[in-house]
Amino acid sequence: MNWLMQTLSSSIGKKLLMALTGLSFLGFLAAHLAGNLTIYAGPDAFNAYADKLQSLGPVLRVAEAVLLTFFTIHVVTGVFLFLQNLAARPARYAVSRNPGGKTLGSATMPYTGLLILVFVVFHLLNFTFVDKTGTTVFQIVAASFQNPVYVGLYVLAMVIVALHVSHGFWSFFQTLGLNHPKYMPLVSGAGIILSLVFGIGFGFLPIYIAFMA
Amino acid sequence: MTQGKHTINLTLKVWRQNGPGDKGRFDTIPVRDVETHMSFLEMLDWVNETLTMEGKEPIAFDNDCREGICGMCGCVVDGVPHGPAKAMTLCQLHMRKFDDGDVIAIEPWRARAFKVVKDLIVDRSALDRIIQAGGYISINAGNAPEANAVPIPMGMAEKAMDAAACIGCGACVAGCPNASAMLFVSAKISQLALLPQGRPEAAQRALKMVATMDAEGFGNCSNHRVCEAVCPKSISIVNIARMNREYIKAGLVSEVA
Ligand code: FES
Repeated sequence: MNWLMQTLSSSIGKKLLMALTGLSFLGFLAAHLAGNLTIYAGPDAFNAYADKLQSLGPVLRVAEAVLLTFFTIHVVTGVFLFLQNLAARPARYAVSRNPGGKTLGSATMPYTGLLILVFVVFHLLNFTFVDKTGTTVFQIVAASFQNPVYVGLYVLAMVIVALHVSHGFWSFFQTLGLNHPKYMPLVSGAGIILSLVFGIGFGFLPIYIAFMA
Repeated sequence: MTQGKHTINLTLKVWRQNGPGDKGRFDTIPVRDVETHMSFLEMLDWVNETLTMEGKEPIAFDNDCREGICGMCGCVVDGVPHGPAKAMTLCQLHMRKFDDGDVIAIEPWRARAFKVVKDLIVDRSALDRIIQAGGYISINAGNAPEANAVPIPMGMAEKAMDAAACIGCGACVAGCPNASAMLFVSAKISQLALLPQGRPEAAQRALKMVATMDAEGFGNCSNHRVCEAVCPKSISIVNIARMNREYIKAGLVSEVA
């Protein structure tokens, strides 16, 4: 298995790890968003969805374990790449200008990534690892979003996620070498649309809940 | 058309460094009456003439062909490798691209893999070592084979030629926020991988060249595409995608280790 380690630890291998684990988070986000949208059908629908999810039991645990593993790989590899890239240019330029290419999404990738990490921890402490006896998930969520600071933080976090996805999605294809003149415009377009769907889809929920509850 | 002289006055902020061990500094050099018909390197020649007359050390910079084909020249001018003009080497850049009164910052390529030799000259032998690792094909010496014996579709030949346009100047490394050499390496891998003559050693080549690139201390690619924007030959990042494909195939599918 030496060949596998050798391939994955190379510069291209690490990109490959970032791309594959990153794509799995898009799947997670899509599922999470689909679940959250039940909020529009009312508190009961949302609570029913949460119960249904919990009733999956072992399946859910396995999915969580896989996600956590991928998340760890993505974060550790990302930090490693970030430090390596810093070290690759010990002396910085006195004057630097973007001659084209760099986007807000690409330039902020390590930072948006780090902020998402902080947000995920915050979010889990908020809604997942809380005592749920005698209350429903909807009540917990609704109570949190009475606080405008929470609403602001969540909306901001979703803007950051959208930025990260805007560079991440097409990067996945580029990294895997799935570059094709016929499909590349489609991939770039899909990346923008996807980041908007996640940004608006998730970002609007706290606002809706704040006004509804 | 007016044939009259067009001259501008400039202030150069030039990176001066006596050698690899020196800390280096910026020198501010006011330059008067620069003819806009001069190329950037001619302007530097002219400044050097004055510096020499004054008994000062001239600015050291690399150059050779001065017609945009050898890849020897190149500095970061106002934060952009090879200066403000698109798809152009520094030797092909003319002073008419600048305005009277401009302050121009001139810095060497900056990367851990490119040590400063003196002033604006950097050691780019790391790129040569990547080529030595696999940027070639092995053929028997002797008579040249019949040119049309191996049919190559026109489109393939064109793509290979586009990749082969790389002059190895290192601007991609200099421009990349991560000092990554992936555009260079991908062009060198692509020009051979696209042609039948390059296929027999393709897997070996991809593995060895990427391993050498990593060992030389270049950064990783984050798909910023700055390399493509500053490349004097406009080499596309499609080549990087091709290199990734070649490397992943070689590492995970081929029998080559
Ligand atoms: S001196 Fe040869 S490319 Fe500029």
